[in-house]
Amino acid sequence: MRIVIDAEKCQGHNRCYAIAPELIDVDDLGMAFVLIDDEVPEALEGKARLVVANCPEFAISLEESGNE
Amino acid sequence: MNSPERTMPPVVDWATDFDHTDPVWVDNPFPIWDNLRKVCPVAHSDRFNGVYLPTRHEDIAAIAYDTEHFTSKAVVVSNNEVLAQAPIGGAPPITSDPPFHQHARKLLLPAFGPKVIEALRPSVVALCDSLLDKMEGRDVVDAAIDYAQHIPPAVIARMLGVPEEDGDLFREFIHNALVNVAASAEDRQAAFEKIDKYLDHHIQLHVETPQDDLISYLLNQEVFGQKLSHEHVRGTMALLMIAGIDTTWSGIGASIFHLAGNDADRNRLAREPELLPTAIEEFLRAYAPVTMARIVKEDVTISGTEMKAGQWCLLPFPAANRDPEQFVDADQVIIDRAENRHSAFGLGIHRCLGSNLARLEMQVAVERWMKRFPDFILEDPTAVEWAQGQVRGPRVLPVRILERTTS
Repeated sequence: MRIVIDAEKCQGHNRCYAIAPELIDVDDLGMAFVLIDDEVPEALEGKARLVVANCPEFAISLEESGNE
Repeated sequence: MNSPERTMPPVVDWATDFDHTDPVWVDNPFPIWDNLRKVCPVAHSDRFNGVYLPTRHEDIAAIAYDTEHFTSKAVVVSNNEVLAQAPIGGAPPITSDPPFHQHARKLLLPAFGPKVIEALRPSVVALCDSLLDKMEGRDVVDAAIDYAQHIPPAVIARMLGVPEEDGDLFREFIHNALVNVAASAEDRQAAFEKIDKYLDHHIQLHVETPQDDLISYLLNQEVFGQKLSHEHVRGTMALLMIAGIDTTWSGIGASIFHLAGNDADRNRLAREPELLPTAIEEFLRAYAPVTMARIVKEDVTISGTEMKAGQWCLLPFPAANRDPEQFVDADQVIIDRAENRHSAFGLGIHRCLGSNLARLEMQVAVERWMKRFPDFILEDPTAVEWAQGQVRGPRVLPVRILERTTS
């Protein structure tokens, strides 16, 4: 599982960063970026799903790995 | 503050003649929105020289994203002729349209980022504790008048660099700008001139003696290679003052209102304080204080309703947050709701600039209150009064303290 942030849609609500600072950080303007470009560690998959489900702008999605 | 002179007749039909300043809406708007969502998802009223009201999340989002057909040059519905001009408007960036908007907004974003705001936490804790200290020895306190209304003015005054003791003056400004929307054009003009005069004075003080605060920061900023105009700095200060105060005061008050009236939620939060950030997001969803507005720039059809250029459009994010199409059990307050895409801070390019500050103040204010008063109830539910206008929150909120800890 990988986290993908659509920078065009992100408006800097910072919900993702508040929920999962292990996975997502924000720049000086408050715009979100992914800290872990690779696979999300299994222990954090639940948080990754919460991050998606709390973005007011629907800017975050998950890409499931193809080899499963 | 809640009952200004009403000159408008009471609303009979909410689908064709709604009025967001009507006492029925002020007291309890939720059934109105729930019904309109089913029978007339984009309503229209001839009041305020013509105003539309979408109530579904989908339509409210679509309008918030549509800067082609809607302008933000005025965002508070009133009877006044709109004199402000796009794309800057009277209080940039909230009243600005693209492409100017992003330049005005980018200047301010760094001052309101989550890490910068988090650093203010200790000072907000101290502020809340000092207000709670003043309630020692009283069994009944007013959570709005004695507590919530004092927190945001002090915080924003410190950030801007104006005297904290001017809280009463700020609240008077806000009342005139946001609540007294049915007042005459002359009265509203006079109120705005008084705000401008106050801000002009403090800008001048900062021109003479720069400080480490937002006013001096703004005076040093440039757009397109030029220092911000005096009017731009003043408009942005007015925005930060007006938008940052009664909104957050409403959010704090509504949270305490909910907890005072719901034993199970109050007791659970007292036992599980780690739930607080999640609970605050749910209070933001269920009691979202802010309804924004736009003006239709070009004729457009939304969900079958033709919207005519020049008319107002209310953007009730609180109604979007109660849309059952978007939220499971939308009418229930669920303090551990884990999936919560609420739009209390708006959607799109005008997302509330101060959302991190508002969250911090709400979290700290409720946390310190609960710590001092683990148990409390509404002293008299019929005595609670809600603000009139586009910002909704309790303005009178008598609470009986059942249990207190010492500071």
